[in-house]
Amino acid sequence: MLSSEGVFFLTGKDFKNAGAASSSLKGILEGMGIPAATIRRVAIAAFEAEMNTIIYAVAGMMNYFITPEMIKIRIQDMGPGIPDIDQAMKEGYSTAPDYIREMGFGSGMGLPNIKRNADALTVNSIVGEGTTVEFFINLTPCD
Amino acid sequence: MKLQEIIDSLSLKVETPAADLGREVNGAYVSDMMSDVMGNAKDGFLWITIQVHLNIIAVASLKNLSGIILVNSRVPAEDTLKKAIAENIPIMTTPLSAFDLVGLLYGLGLRCR
Repeated sequence: MLSSEGVFFLTGKDFKNAGAASSSLKGILEGMGIPAATIRRVAIAAFEAEMNTIIYAVAGMMNYFITPEMIKIRIQDMGPGIPDIDQAMKEGYSTAPDYIREMGFGSGMGLPNIKRNADALTVNSIVGEGTTVEFFINLTPCD
Repeated sequence: MKLQEIIDSLSLKVETPAADLGREVNGAYVSDMMSDVMGNAKDGFLWITIQVHLNIIAVASLKNLSGIILVNSRVPAEDTLKKAIAENIPIMTTPLSAFDLVGLLYGLGLRCR
């Protein structure tokens, strides 16, 4: 299988294009013949990270690296940062404003959904500067 | 069960006639929260919701859902319909509540697989 890498740029509050990066990534993985079950996990995790950038940050970018062994996704944003990452990882905890919740976002399930679907997840954040979410999904040996 | 059979049996209004109505429906999920659907709906499920904004199409597409049913006479936004057609995601509407619709889907024999 070939390797691949690339980047998508994300604009904060751009709900019109929300999900476009994750959709494009899904298409790339399908084109590479990645197993459907793996693509489902990547799609969930990538979408949640993409939406976090759109909801909370001014801008950000999603880098992907695909090798025969694994898929690595890194989403870096210029956002408010997360003061307490342990709290943000708890299901149901959210700081989203009301209008975001009315759209059905901000249910406090984003980071937990990423954790559940990734083989490894790291979240680094500096308040006032931004957040970097990086996760891996393994492609071997069972795929 | 095919989507078209469900549409006919429950008199759903199809808002996207150009989309594929012949898809197999593997079950259904009811939620208005995007991450809940991302986390819990499965391939081929129908999604029952009151959300009408554009982002429901991205969720349905990423999850390979067989369609979206908007309940309580909700009307899809215009950009939602355009995206639905572009992504081949069927959208149906009904005056029924989510509770009543799900009861009828169960009555038709639809179960989650």
